[in-house]
Amino acid sequence: MPEPIGEEGGGMANAIVGTLILVGVAIVIGLPVGIGAGLYLAERRGTWLATTVRFLADVLNGLPSIVVGIFAWQFLVRPVGHFSALAGGVALAAMMIPMVTRTTEEMVRLVPVSLREAALALGYTRWRTSLTVVLRTAMAGIVTGALVAVARIAGETAPLFFTALGNQFMSTSLREAIAALPLQIFNYAISPYESAHALAWAGAVVLIGLVLVVSVAARFATRARFGHAAD
Amino acid sequence: MPPTDASPAATRTALDVQDLSAWFGAQPAVRGVSVGFREREVAAIIGPSGCGKSTLLRCLNRMHETVPTARVEGRVLLFGTDVYADGISPIALRRHVGMVFQRPSPFPTMSIRDNVAAGLRVRGGGAPSRAETDRIVERALRRSALWDEVKDRLKASAIGLSGGQQQRLCIARALATEPAVLLLDEPTASLDPISTQKVEDLLYELRSEVTVVIVTHNMQQAARVSSSTAFMLAGELVEMAPTARLFTAPADARTEAYITGRFG
Ligand SMILES: Nc1ncnc2c1ncn2[C@@H]1O[C@H](COP(=O)(O)OP(=O)(O)OP(=O)(O)O)[C@@H](O)[C@H]1O
Ligand SMILES: [Mg+2]
Repeated sequence: MPEPIGEEGGGMANAIVGTLILVGVAIVIGLPVGIGAGLYLAERRGTWLATTVRFLADVLNGLPSIVVGIFAWQFLVRPVGHFSALAGGVALAAMMIPMVTRTTEEMVRLVPVSLREAALALGYTRWRTSLTVVLRTAMAGIVTGALVAVARIAGETAPLFFTALGNQFMSTSLREAIAALPLQIFNYAISPYESAHALAWAGAVVLIGLVLVVSVAARFATRARFGHAAD
Repeated sequence: MPPTDASPAATRTALDVQDLSAWFGAQPAVRGVSVGFREREVAAIIGPSGCGKSTLLRCLNRMHETVPTARVEGRVLLFGTDVYADGISPIALRRHVGMVFQRPSPFPTMSIRDNVAAGLRVRGGGAPSRAETDRIVERALRRSALWDEVKDRLKASAIGLSGGQQQRLCIARALATEPAVLLLDEPTASLDPISTQKVEDLLYELRSEVTVVIVTHNMQQAARVSSSTAFMLAGELVEMAPTARLFTAPADARTEAYITGRFG
């Protein structure tokens, strides 16, 4: 746990827990939305809704993260009057969604038409074919893409400034401000004390470690499935 | 069960195709085809590449319309019911008219058993119990002559099977739901001779139980497995006749030119 700035020592357990919670919220929201949008884009090319969804995804993808943050602040922080882990998680989800959408669309398109036809020929509805055959076949690739997206948002700082805010104390509530590794690093790094700088570096190492673990997991997910399914 | 070698008049027509035309966009692929496929017989469709064999076959279970821009006109009566009539669901139709494609297409995320059982889950009347499913899976795998090769690894991924085994798995998958008609589109085109032999033997076995329509490029194959053969050219049906007669004494000069290898 952190000591008041300027004191010696201190840790970052609250920031680690905070980042895990924020990323967890982002996954819970971003994964279903991103996968759903990507599946829709791949399956219903050319409809006006698909065009709209793609446009939104592209806009979201191109949005600077600080802008994502201010939107989350406007709609999720100001109305309730206080910063919250939920607002931070939603901001991170907004960053994650376009990445997951794009991966899902690409992976679903890679599923051979022959599989889709095989399912339809068995009397599957389009809807059932999409979910139980196409999406399941594409899932390994989607998981990999999602993990890469998670690794990226885990280090995002800008969207959290005025949403999750940061917290000197351990908090696990979604309704309160929460600590996060990138915020903690920032706070320590801008402080004038050498001991705080050391903590900033330590935080950076932990964050890199976290991202590394996720990236390695992504690689393994890819190899385990594709190495086997390669036909 | 009717005798298998009964005279044509003794068997019912399973599929009666009446003046069927099919398009991709503005381009016609099948032009005014009328043809009947008799119950519990193997019928072959032959013809040069691009003449519309696959398209005709795919009109029979309404797979043609899954292609965007595709269009169909005409009637296809399945035991007297027009499958293109209003209120006929293509989904329900396909549960009675199974299809096997040129390239083996097992579902890669499913086990061998689950592949065979895949059609049962969407069959009318709800999914069968686990024990019942096991029984149906075994029967379908035995009918497709695959049981002995896979009985010890039913839970393994279907991807681990050879191409020929995968194709027989797809046949088992199509048979598991007990379709009245089985459509096969060049089912042995990607298989080695031994696997081809197995699939042909299997079709021969099936002829007393299911109505089979098989598209093939291989005239020897048509001669071996079918009792009647249809010859198509440029989207049209040139003639349909008992296989032996079509290959020895075709009525149309174009058929003769094709089977003697002068074109196509
Ligand atoms: N998806 C498609 N979109 C547009 N045109 C198509 C499509 N599939 C087939 N066609 C065209 O329709 C015609 C008939 O094709 P079809 O696949 O039925 O022929 P085929 O007799 O099965 O040929 P093959 O023996 O090569 O399989 C061809 O001219 C082909 O180019
Ligand atoms: Mg074809």
